[in-house]
Amino acid sequence: MTLNPAVNKGPAALPVAETRRRASRLRRFDWILPGAAFALSVYGALLVWSATRGRTSLTGGDPQFFLKRHLLNLLIGLALMAGTSMLSYAWLRACAPVFYVLAFLALLAVLTPLGTTINGAHSWIVLGGGFSIQPAEYAKVAVVLGLAVVLTLKPVTGVLSDHLAVAVPPRRIAAAVLAAGIPTGIIMLLPDLGSAMVILVSTAGLLVFAGTSGKWLALLAAGAAAAAVAATQLHLLARHQVNRFAAFADPHLDPQGVGYNTAQARLAIGSGGVLGKGLFNGTQTNGRYVPEQQTDFVFTVAGEELGFVGGVALIALFAVLLLRGISIARQCDDLFGMLVCAGVVSWFAFETFENIGMTLGIMPVAGIPLPFVSYGGSSMFASFIAVGLIENVRLRSTRPAVTLD
Amino acid sequence: MTSARSRLADRRRTRLMVLRVLVLALLATLVGRLWYLQVRTGQTFRDAAAANDVRTVVTPAVRGDILDDLGRPLVDNRSALSLSVDRGTLLAGRDHGAATLARLAAMLGTTPQAISDELRTCAPKVPKPCWNGSPLQPIPIARNVSVQQALSVAEQHELFPGVIAGPDTIRRFPAPYSLNAAHILGYLSPATEKELSSAAAKGEVMQRSDLVGRAGLEETYDSYLRGKPGVTQVAVDIVGHAQSTVADTPPVNGDHLVTSIDARIQAVAERELGNAVARARSQTSPTNGKPYAADSAAVVVLDARTGRVVAMASTPTYDPNVWTGGISQGDYAALTDQAAGTPLLSRAYQGQFAPGSTFKAVTTSAMLENGFGTGTYDCSPSFSYGGQSFTNFEGEAFGPISLKRAIEVSCDTVFYRVAFEMWQRDGGIKPVPHPAEPIATMAHAYGLGAKTGIDLPGEAPGDIQDRAEKQSTWNKMHGIWCKRAKDGYPEVAGSDPARAAYLQSIAKENCIDGNLYKPGDAVISAIGQGGDLVTPLQLARVYAAIANGGTLMQPQIGRAVVTPDGKLVKDLPPIVSRRLPVSGSTLAFLADALHGTATEGTAAPAFAGWPQNIIPTYAKTGTAEVYGKQTTSCFVAYAGTGTGPRYVVAMMVSQGGTGVGTSGPSVAKILQALFGVDMGKPDPNGTLPTALPAIRPDGLLPALPPAITLPTPPPPPAPAGSAGSGTQTASGSAPKPTT
Repeated sequence: MTLNPAVNKGPAALPVAETRRRASRLRRFDWILPGAAFALSVYGALLVWSATRGRTSLTGGDPQFFLKRHLLNLLIGLALMAGTSMLSYAWLRACAPVFYVLAFLALLAVLTPLGTTINGAHSWIVLGGGFSIQPAEYAKVAVVLGLAVVLTLKPVTGVLSDHLAVAVPPRRIAAAVLAAGIPTGIIMLLPDLGSAMVILVSTAGLLVFAGTSGKWLALLAAGAAAAAVAATQLHLLARHQVNRFAAFADPHLDPQGVGYNTAQARLAIGSGGVLGKGLFNGTQTNGRYVPEQQTDFVFTVAGEELGFVGGVALIALFAVLLLRGISIARQCDDLFGMLVCAGVVSWFAFETFENIGMTLGIMPVAGIPLPFVSYGGSSMFASFIAVGLIENVRLRSTRPAVTLD
Repeated sequence: MTSARSRLADRRRTRLMVLRVLVLALLATLVGRLWYLQVRTGQTFRDAAAANDVRTVVTPAVRGDILDDLGRPLVDNRSALSLSVDRGTLLAGRDHGAATLARLAAMLGTTPQAISDELRTCAPKVPKPCWNGSPLQPIPIARNVSVQQALSVAEQHELFPGVIAGPDTIRRFPAPYSLNAAHILGYLSPATEKELSSAAAKGEVMQRSDLVGRAGLEETYDSYLRGKPGVTQVAVDIVGHAQSTVADTPPVNGDHLVTSIDARIQAVAERELGNAVARARSQTSPTNGKPYAADSAAVVVLDARTGRVVAMASTPTYDPNVWTGGISQGDYAALTDQAAGTPLLSRAYQGQFAPGSTFKAVTTSAMLENGFGTGTYDCSPSFSYGGQSFTNFEGEAFGPISLKRAIEVSCDTVFYRVAFEMWQRDGGIKPVPHPAEPIATMAHAYGLGAKTGIDLPGEAPGDIQDRAEKQSTWNKMHGIWCKRAKDGYPEVAGSDPARAAYLQSIAKENCIDGNLYKPGDAVISAIGQGGDLVTPLQLARVYAAIANGGTLMQPQIGRAVVTPDGKLVKDLPPIVSRRLPVSGSTLAFLADALHGTATEGTAAPAFAGWPQNIIPTYAKTGTAEVYGKQTTSCFVAYAGTGTGPRYVVAMMVSQGGTGVGTSGPSVAKILQALFGVDMGKPDPNGTLPTALPAIRPDGLLPALPPAITLPTPPPPPAPAGSAGSGTQTASGSAPKPTT
């Protein structure tokens, strides 16, 4: 694929403006978006610390082990974000297929004996030295970026298109579904239902914001629903995955299994009250009653120890992050950039709602981390790369808030 | 193109707007749900979380002592070694502790199943025994083990993982002067299901392993003695390991109970009761020609002014230590064995005996308050009515004598005649609507036929027969009586045909007119026989009321409750039951007559050599005839001046011979000890302390000389003193036959 950076610059990308834009790039840098992400990560560091201080079986005796690792992940994440935001669109688009293929290969690798099973999901590749990667997290970035590229390719010529294109033709929809479907299928095989759901939601978001007509969206939705029904009816899903769906609403259905997790999570959060029990003072947290508390159930630490106030503060930071993402998407004057932003926002929004929702008992339990807050290198890196992508779009956007045609 | 493009751009923009609204709606949903969980229903979760992660560990309180009037402990605690099991450690073993349990069972002489039953956690479906305490707490499985057993557990830790040998406190009976007092003190046994649930309802902490006062003072004053166990609330993690202490309430040790029991007098009373029993058994009963059985006996010593119990003994008795560390099935069977005389039962307040002539004080009160004078009465050999003849004891007769003399010599016929007259006044066999029944009424006024209210559980009420009671008994019983009248007593007939025939004749009589209060009933009630039964405690109380000038006191053993560091918690002042409906002149007459009895009447042999000029004595004897049994020996006496203390001693020996012959010398000995007469130093103020013992703030009890053996009297300078009371036999030294 030959890439000409100039093609991507759109009508306003005149050589004269180019220098001016480069000069003003730092001034255009959006501090609020990475600020929110940074604040969430630091908040998360405290929660992870509190959740893991007493878990000597995990920390190996160093109460600050997870705190240090989380902060280290944060630093690497910030570096990745900075790097990503500096790339030009051309590089971004050029990297997209490479990144996509790498993620695809990594996912395949997980299926081989290289992969490691944690909590029933065969999702990890252990690198040694305490490091491991979870390819599904990077697959989220790859799919968002890849689909943004696919949806902005010119249908006939195969060259890059732009937002002037009239509609989203069926062939492109099919290509997008295929591009998202392959990694999703592999992820389902792991099985990692949570990541698969994130990718499906992001794909849906990308298709919606690419302007796909209602007719096609309805068709796709119907197809997805039929696939979901078939999956449950034909027992394609693992038993514990179905249980999780059944037990989220009523923990008594499965008090020893999934219901236990949700009941303990609700107990921890509910007992926090308005102001919480104080950081490090959560009896449920210190008693290690909530499983996976530093990762998927990290929100319960905030709920128990920092109470309603702390929980709302966390949700408010996500509101800042997501709304900022949407507003950057809206200000964006090219389709590719807008789609990248919209895809990332869809991803984050779904993960946030699903993760917090499951700890509050209004969503089924699925292995989905809370972006930036949950402990986990791959999730942290992928999330900061995603923030870097939005920042990148922001830096290259020339238009003021409202685009006029 | 442009419009299509614009439409597409509009669609995208609209969809971004929708996304923004959607994101806000979703986040608002989360906030709403969070508010519901944390603010709206947060309290429920806080309670549930507390139940989830807080465990309660109980530290037992040390039970308070029971002290005598000088502060000598009658019951206290000693350290013992006990074995307990930490279930977590035990079950963590490869075979879930099976081998350990087997070794433990072999050492303790029980089965592994029995131990593991004690270790299981109580639940609705789990049968007893089970453990209802915290699983974090070591579960006691054996109290009061030997040092050797404790050492083998402690030293061979690898053989007994999870088994802990540690100190424990158990009840001890220091027994000053080797006293017994088992029936007064009572005992402890593990809490029952009912006590556990009622304690839980009151918010108190009680565990299955807790011991609760089960009889005697231990039961009555249990709430003071028990103290409050300490409660430590520990936050635990998911596997039950303690994380931190949430709340810590230290145990509050139980309070001491100071009693009015005097260890020395109690020991003397027990010794003298034993002597009386031995004396009885060395005599032959004229009733059946066999030695007196003296199967049971009791003595009660009261302070007449306050109603406080100074000593109280009963025989047969038992060693209170059998309860320590849990009683065995065999020991318990022995305590309740009727053939052995049911040693668990205290005859002093649970045994009921015919009072015999000691009842005449009541009859005399009824006479004088109902128009009879103190003048001359005919002491004939017998009194006959309607073909029935009621004789004097051993057929003696004194002719016309004064009422005082009638009491002194205990002439029955005088009182028969009076009782018959009273019965006739009430309408005889066809009573007037509200018969006066002066004797029964006076007996009730003296507190007979009802519980005295002593601070001991399980008191017997005794029985005073009157017309109403005969009727109500007949209403309940006549069906059975009439059946017996027809069928007889075949189960008795085999071994004792004479008795069976007698019982059948009684049943016939009762079947026909057992509801009627017949002249025979009235006549023998005057001398405390027939249906009348009293406890030795009731008898002592009657004479205490006479001794103190007419106030019926409620007997009491507890004197005060004090904290372990000596602060008074609760004073237990004397309790007045009522004033007797008896005039001062009647009381004065009674006192005079009782003094006469002790000096020149039937009781005089017991008080030979007594310093009557310093400390006057008052007494009444009684020898009650019981059908089919040997006579009951009754003797009640009090001593003391009008200004000093007066102590009443009442002794009753079932199948024990005469009052003065069997009980008299023993009662006199007890009175000697009370007034120092036995030591050759008669003191009208008595030898007992008046103030409460002072317990030091550091918890030390008063320092007292060791109370190992009772003081012995100095070498007698003169033969006077003990000759008349100590070595008396059968009936030889009694100047006159007595009742």
